[in-house]
Amino acid sequence: MNPELTERAFAPTAPYRVGREKVREFARAVLATAPLHYDPEAARAAGFADVVAPPTFPIVIAEATLQQLLAEPDAGIDFSRVVHGDQRFTYSRPVVAGDELTATLRVTSIKTLGGNSMVTSESAMTDASGAHVVTSISTLVIRGDES
Amino acid sequence: MSLLDGLEVGQVVAERAFPLTRDTLVRYAGASGDFNPIHYRDDVAAAVGLPGVLAHGMLTMGFAVQPVIDWLDARGWVSDYQVRFTRPVVVDPQVGAVVTVTATVAVLEDAGARIDLSAKVGEQTVLGKAQVRVTAF
Repeated sequence: MNPELTERAFAPTAPYRVGREKVREFARAVLATAPLHYDPEAARAAGFADVVAPPTFPIVIAEATLQQLLAEPDAGIDFSRVVHGDQRFTYSRPVVAGDELTATLRVTSIKTLGGNSMVTSESAMTDASGAHVVTSISTLVIRGDES
Repeated sequence: MSLLDGLEVGQVVAERAFPLTRDTLVRYAGASGDFNPIHYRDDVAAAVGLPGVLAHGMLTMGFAVQPVIDWLDARGWVSDYQVRFTRPVVVDPQVGAVVTVTATVAVLEDAGARIDLSAKVGEQTVLGKAQVRVTAF
């Protein structure tokens, strides 16, 4: 792992438009049953403009930033050795259909432990007005040669 | 009834068993865009030394919070959610796997609560430090 990744500035991703059918598709895939993920009327009754994305939906957008990280030629990350260690989503407000989200990657820590490397990165997502919506924080474990 | 009325630390607010099959994994692959073949090909899983095809960690994280959302019943929202992936969930091609989720009140806060999740296959825990912060509307 290249420790200098923590100082690198990554370009924001192209805006991701959250679609109503995509929210429904993702909700079905995570076995969600609550009506506000599927029914715009139920979402409006709860005070939202449109269907609400499940809490882990932003991983779809964060994925694009993780690809930026893995694509850095000097990152030293072998994708076949990568395991997802932990994951967190910290919200300012829920994601709803119609949002246009832009994600910016930051590598916050790189540690080496017993031959494995652990890289923690944050994808901060803002809406079209520039307001923060959610930050996805991922720790990837890159297994060493011996494990 | 408001979210916090009568809520007590240690109270189990939701419990649900999630039967997973290979279909569940393929559906999640398509919806999420994570097409890593260890989640649908036995030969690839075996070649990299895994005990079988695994559920995506993000699939497990994704459904484990659903009992909390159903319990919330639009009285609040999930403002923070974190997990540690401690043990892979092997999904057998014939019998699948069942993950049982229990959601327990851990901390009461001014505007909401921290709910801790237990996610198990049989007696084995598959998620660590699985914490959901719910905030009342």
